[in-house]
Order: sequence, then structure tokens, then C-alpha cells
Amino acid sequence: MDAVDPRVRVRERFALEPAGEPPRLTVEPPRERWIELARFAQRDLGCRYFSFLTAVDWKEHGLEVLYRVENLLAPLALTVRVKLGPGETHCPSLTSVYRGADWMERECYDLFGVVFDGHPDLRRILLAQDWEGHPLRKDYPVDMPHAPYR
Amino acid sequence: MEVKPPVPRVPPANWKEITDLAEWEQYRQRRASDDKHSTALTAIAESVHEFPGGWIVTTTVEKVLNWARSSSIWPVTFGLACCAIEMMATFASRFDVERLGMVPWASPRHADLMIVSGTVTIKMAPMLKTIYEQMADPKWVVSMGSCANSGGPFRHGYHVVKGVDRVVPVDVYVPGCPPTPDALLYGLLKLQEQVAEFQTTGSRPRPIPPGD
Repeated sequence: MDAVDPRVRVRERFALEPAGEPPRLTVEPPRERWIELARFAQRDLGCRYFSFLTAVDWKEHGLEVLYRVENLLAPLALTVRVKLGPGETHCPSLTSVYRGADWMERECYDLFGVVFDGHPDLRRILLAQDWEGHPLRKDYPVDMPHAPYR
Repeated sequence: MEVKPPVPRVPPANWKEITDLAEWEQYRQRRASDDKHSTALTAIAESVHEFPGGWIVTTTVEKVLNWARSSSIWPVTFGLACCAIEMMATFASRFDVERLGMVPWASPRHADLMIVSGTVTIKMAPMLKTIYEQMADPKWVVSMGSCANSGGPFRHGYHVVKGVDRVVPVDVYVPGCPPTPDALLYGLLKLQEQVAEFQTTGSRPRPIPPGD
């Protein structure tokens, strides 16, 4: 347990201004410091609990990947969001820091098509392996025919 | 690992422009006209037909067989979603389908009826078809609830089969979301009426068309 305010530590290390109040903070780092921030959150802020990882499709503004890690003792819940930019689908994988990110990233790849570089086993996890497209994208048509049952 | 780049897709026509009934007719699975359910019985019946007045025997036998069939329809215990809870309630003591001769049986090899209770996803559809094919003829299918009938509230989801009649031929459609045990029981009684009209020696009659 650290007495120092996590906002101050993030500000000192990354020169970023976290949004929100101390139990729930949100940080938006550049994509290059994504892994570094995850490692910092795990080791220095004590956020060992990987809550979830998901993505948001902002249409012409591109995809945004976000994850939330928690320090259950402090308490502190840190949400990290990164905008990939329009047309960009590659994102560094968090599996080297959090093992729990493995299946979350597979799901994110499955439904949003975010390719996590460095992931050990990036396959589809929910849909069938021969599925085409990524259904939670905004440009995925809801009534796309899928042989032979649709 | 090969990763395909995302391809922007042209959205199709608005789903409201699709006439659902025509689409349903297009995709609906029908039984083949030569769907004879028992070749042995057909052979026996044809040989009996060779005698003068033999049809009296075959129709009588058919009546007896249909009486036996319609009073011992064994549904396979196969639940997919929340409709399965209502199906279990129907099987339980308050509604008690065993008084109709229906014994929920945990093996498709011994069952005559499959109650499709719940949303059929595209990933589940091949398994459902496998279970249907494992059942011995003659066999019937009751589509229970809006999801199995047409996709229901999830019809426009990306992963839902829009009606189980695209996978297996359906005999009785029970509406509701989920149907009450009373509704399912009514559907099962309707199925018994259908089975009573079942023709052993030829192709079975077409299912009753929807609507009045």
C-alpha cells in the first residue's frame, strides 16, 4: 500500500494527467507506452487484478482499446485507453504483463479485429474459426448471410 | 498465423424491405416427398395390398400404430436457452406430460420428438442437426418459443439462425417468449393430433400451413 497519490506517480512517470477521482482513474497513454504503463501499474501501483479488456469502434476515428486493472488492497481501479487511429488494427499485446489478458485479447480480436502483436495464440475464441469479418465493428452488416443456416 | 485485413463491407438492403414470409418460404426445410419412415412396414403393407380387400387390414393396422405412436411420444431432453426452463416445468409434476405418455429421455436414439427450446446459434446448428439425425424415424420436431420459430428478439444478431426450420423440418411451432408450460402442452397436444394422422405406408401428410 502506497501513501503517495497514484495520480502524482502517473504524472511524474509518464507526464500524463489521469482523469477521475482516486478510486477510479483513467489514463490515455500513447500507443508506444502502452506496455510500459501496464508494467508500471502492475509493479508500482500494485494493480494485480486484470479486470477486463475490450475495444470501442468510433467509426471514422478508428478503434480504441481499453483495459482496466485494479489494486484490490488500495483500492484503485485504473482504466487505460488507447486510440489506435483510423484504419489501424495493430496493438501491442499485454500477455507478457498480465496472463489474464490472453483470452480477453482473443475475444477482442474475434469481435473487433484488433491484432495484438506479441500474443502467443491469437485465434478466434467465440465464433467459429471459418467466420468472416468481425461482428462488433460498426461496418459489419447485421444481416450478412452466413451459409448454410442464414 | 494468417490475419486478414479488415475489408469494409457494403451494407445490404434494409431488413425491413425483405418480406419475411417469402424469405421463410425460401429457407424452410421441408420433408422430402419420399420420406418413408419405415421401409419394413411399407413392404409389408404393399404385400398386403396385393390381396383383395387388403386395404382394410392396412388402415386398421395404421390406426393401431398411430394410436400407439401418439400416446408414447418420447421427447429428447435437449435444452438450449431460457425456454428449456419452461420445458422442464412442463416435464415436472405440476403439468406432468407423463400422463400423455411422454417420457423425457436422455438419448436421441430412443426419442421420437425433439423440442427445440431456445435460440439456435450458427455455431450450435450443426450439433442440433446431428442430434436430429441420430434420432430414429419416425421423428418430430417442436419449435418452442420465438427464437426457435424465427430468431425472435435476436433475429438481427450476427450469430443467430433465423428459425430452426432452416436446420431441421419443424412440425409444430409454439409461440411465446418463453411459452408458458400451458402453451407448450397445447403444442404437444397439437403434435399428437398430427401423429394420429400419420401415414405409415406412404409419405406423411404435409404439416398444417401456418395461419387460419
